[in-house]
This record gives sequence, structure tokens and C-alpha cells, in this order.
Amino acid sequence: MEKVFSRPNSMTKTPFHYCPGCDHGVVHRLVGECIDELGVADRTIGVASVGCSVFSFDYFGFDFISAAHGRAPAVGTGIKRVRPGSIVFTYQGDGDLAAIGTGEIIHAANRGEKITVVFINNAIYGMTGGQMAPTTLVGMKTATTPYGRDAQLCGYPIRFSEIIATLEAPAYVTRVAVNTPANLMRAKKAIKNAFQLQKDGKGFSFVEVVSICPTNWGKAPNEAHKWLAENMLPVFPLGTLRDSAGIEKA
Amino acid sequence: MAERILMKGNEAIAEAAVLAGCRYYFGYPITPQSELPAYLARRLPEVEGVFLQAESEIGAINMVYGAAATGARVMTTSSSPGVSLKQEGLSYIAAGELPCVLVNVVRGGPGLGNISPAQSDYWQSTRGGGHGDYRTLVLAPNSVQEMADMTIRAFELADRFRNPVLLLLDGVLGQMMEPVNLPEPTDFDPNKKAWALGYPGPRKGGRNLISTIFLEAELLEEHNWHLYQKYEVVSEAFSQGDLQDLSYEAHKVDDAEIILVGYGIISRILKTVVEKCRKRGIKAGMLRPKSLWPFPSRILAELSQKTKQFLVVEMSCGQMVEDVKLAVDGKKPVYFFGRTGGTVPSDFEILNEVDKIVRPD
Repeated sequence: MEKVFSRPNSMTKTPFHYCPGCDHGVVHRLVGECIDELGVADRTIGVASVGCSVFSFDYFGFDFISAAHGRAPAVGTGIKRVRPGSIVFTYQGDGDLAAIGTGEIIHAANRGEKITVVFINNAIYGMTGGQMAPTTLVGMKTATTPYGRDAQLCGYPIRFSEIIATLEAPAYVTRVAVNTPANLMRAKKAIKNAFQLQKDGKGFSFVEVVSICPTNWGKAPNEAHKWLAENMLPVFPLGTLRDSAGIEKA
Repeated sequence: MAERILMKGNEAIAEAAVLAGCRYYFGYPITPQSELPAYLARRLPEVEGVFLQAESEIGAINMVYGAAATGARVMTTSSSPGVSLKQEGLSYIAAGELPCVLVNVVRGGPGLGNISPAQSDYWQSTRGGGHGDYRTLVLAPNSVQEMADMTIRAFELADRFRNPVLLLLDGVLGQMMEPVNLPEPTDFDPNKKAWALGYPGPRKGGRNLISTIFLEAELLEEHNWHLYQKYEVVSEAFSQGDLQDLSYEAHKVDDAEIILVGYGIISRILKTVVEKCRKRGIKAGMLRPKSLWPFPSRILAELSQKTKQFLVVEMSCGQMVEDVKLAVDGKKPVYFFGRTGGTVPSDFEILNEVDKIVRPD
């Protein structure tokens, strides 16, 4: 019988530790498929961050390093500057990238580091138990906003793709989701574009994936994806904000 | 022998780093070490290296972490408040067993303090500074020549032990100009480290992973004892092995009734004090730790059998004095004299202290 679906070669057999229904597993797989399809697994170096994806290195078979909270873009910078021929990517959540790692991501983007950033935005800190993230929606209840996020006290959800897109150097900035099959296919294309640009030496690429956290949102996965479409996407609209190399048209 | 030239201490370190095969520098501006990055910003592109001014000291040390993980020789430099910020990354670098060289041109603290020379980062340097069970090798040069030589040695030690090595100086040494014989360039091949990310050679165990997370307590305990076994090997090499020449300098200690202990720029003043003491009939000697970790405890313990007392002199309120007391172990009195906040003691002041101890009337 012909095998029509299997684990990407660049991924390991280790079962995901993620909660049932979490988008991390889906996005990991998309990264693995893209690395396989581009044929760059033997020269890819991943940078894991802190949060639920702290063990992302367990699921990929290529070289990996674990960074401190928020510092992955700086670590990726150090690696890429020494090994410009390698494919370097960071995989970061919203607590990691949009809060403690604000300085590192902005300046890696502004220098146009030739790395790829996969940014999972699920509007909450997952690993530490569901605290407010910079991306938490106004009114959203979390462990540290039990009465809902009050914009007068905590400000508004921060839109990182838009911020990155104000800079001149980044080559590709896009926001996707994996909540429907159609969005998932677009997300796959975006991640592949991002790695393709890096392979071509064309500069900094940034893919934000608007995601769910069924456990800390207190919602079943299907319900969470529905909630994402109704509540997250109006605040974090999908689409490409920068494509200076025109890869989406290519 | 290379030609003898006049150089500032900070520049001698920078050039020696290049000669040691360091091709990557990540740093953030801070006084009083500014000549060092300025020199490398000009010099590294000449040798196809990378000079990168980071967004912060935190960014810089994490770039060092990434670059060191590829096996390259890499350096960052800073001064006290900046080195505080680097402690997070330093803990990861030590945990991940990555080689790199860090320079701290110490200035007066705590807080923003000032930009005058100080030795008040001794505890931060020798006690880890960052979180967790780890050690940093700490070398303390006292001349421009030694700054160049110890920079080369620091890169060698970092690679040999897969550990961060810190050069601890102060603003005087960094700014001081002296003649220096620069060493010959090192033949360093960054692609020989089989554990490194992107290592191009054949792989034994598949992929290379640099990780500092050990969720199971037993595994982290095993890792920490593994690190400590390495530190034992380092200590042994400094106290009785092939690194003894980097451990300490003893000056006129054999017949000394009082031994002055000081490192870095203080040791230059102490030598003058020893001469002045001897002219006045006081048998003084000097013991200068060249390595602050591992600390030359063994020689201090031996000297405590011979001499009558020790006087520790530091540009701090008294930090290294604790290590001297531990080494002497109560066998002889250990006195302390310090100036702090960016002031440098004069030979006259120290001589006065010696007088008070040796001739109390």
C-alpha cells in the first residue's frame, strides 16, 4: 500500500507533550514539512525559547539550542553571524517574544538578521499557568487578570507583526492562523516563504501564528478555534504586512 | 619576537583577542572600556570577523551564547553595571559548557556608581554572579603585557575546559599605556569542535543539542556534579598542575614577617610598599593572586606557616579578604585595608597600615 501521510523526516518520533488540541503540534509539523521540502534539514539550527515550546528541540532532529526567556533572536543572531550558510529559526510564544524579549526581537528585525521567527500568539502565558500576556485581549480573564484585562491598568493587546512591519529591514512579515483547513494551508505557505527567503539570503522573516490555548482559555479545542475567529482575528487580522522580495507573487 | 609597541590596556586586550583567533565580538557601549569595542569595530572587518553593537548587554551576552555554541572564539566586554546585566547569559553559557571570554573593566559601584577604577566586583566575579551552581574562571592581570598574554590564555582555557573565562581589570589598567610585545597569531580552527552547532564534520550521535534545561531533579543534580568535577580539574591544574604559572606571583615572601596581598593595579602599588618597608627594616613581602578563581589558597596556606601576618589591600570595602581568611584558616591574623568608590590607595596610606600592624607603638 502506498504511504500518503507520514511524519516529516526532520522530526523525531517523540510524542508531543502539548495539551490535547493545542496548535503548537500543528505548527511544529508545518515547520518540519517546510524544512523537508526545502531540503535544508542538514544545515538548519533551531533556537528554542521559554514557555510551552521550551522542549520544541525534542521534536526536531536537527541541531538545536535552548535560549533564555525572550533571548532567542539574540542567540539566533550569534549563530547566524558565525554560520551564515545555515538556516536559523527561533520558535517563540507571546510571553517570550512580546514581553521579556521585546528588545531582542525588535533589534534582530531592525538589523535585518537573516533568520526566521515563528511567533505563536495565543494571548496568554501557557506554561506558567495562564497569566496575562501583552497580547491578551481587553476584558479577557486570566490568572493575573481575574476581573478581565482592564485597558486602564494594563493597556491594550500589542500587535507585534504591525510593529515589526514599521521597520525597514525585515523582508517578510505575515500573520496567519491554523484554525481552519484553508488558513492552515496559507500558514504552511507563509512558513515556507519565510524559510525560502532565508535560504535565498534575503533577510529577516517573521510569521505570527494566531493560536489557541484550550487549557488556559478553559475551552474545548473546537470551541477555542471558534472563539479565536470571533475574538482574536478582529484584533489580530490575518494577512501579509511586508513582502519586500515579492515571494508571495512568485 | 614581535615588535615592542606602546598600547593602551584596553587595546592590547582587543588586539590579543584577534591574535588568539577571536573573530566575533558582541558588546554594548559603557565607560571605561570604550576603546576596546572601538578598536575591534575597526579591526575585526580587516580579518573577516564580525563586530556587532547589540541593543543591550543582555542582547550581547546572548549573541555570545549563540556564537559560542557554534564553536567560534567569541568575546564580549563591559564594565560593572553592564556585567550585572550579562549574568543571566553567563549562567546559561556556564550551564551549556560553552567557551567564551568576558572582560570586566570594573568601575565604582553599587548602582550607577561612577566611572573611576574599582575592585568591588570581586564577589560577583568569583561567586558566579548569575543563578545556579557554576563557576567562572577569573584572571586578574596587572600590566598591559599581562592583559595581552592573559587574553590569549583566556581563550585557550575557555576551549580547554568549555567554560566562560573572565578577565577582571579596573579603569586604571584599561586606560594605562605601556610597552607590550604582542604574541604571535594563534592557529585556531573553529570547525574542530564536534559538539558545536553546525559542526561540519561527521556526526557520532546524530544532531548536536545545547540545552540547559533538566526538568528532573536527579538529572540536574547529575549535570551539576559533572560541572563540579570539571571545576575540580581546573582547580587542580592551577594549584598543582600545568597552570601554576597563572595562579599567583610571590614577591619577597620567604623571609617576610608581613605579607601584603593584592591583585590587579593594587599589586603594582604593593611592590613599592614592599621596597619602602624593607628600606625601613620591615620584612614585607607580597602575594598577588593572578587567578581569582581558582584562588591561590594553597600557597596562602603554606605562607601562613612562615609569616606572622597578612595585610589584604583592595579597592573595595573588603571582598577578596574573605578568601584570604578561608585560606589562612585562622592560623595567622589577616588585616584589611581598603579604599572604595573609585579611589585608589597611595603607597603612603598602605605603609601607614603596615606600621600600625608591625609597630603598634
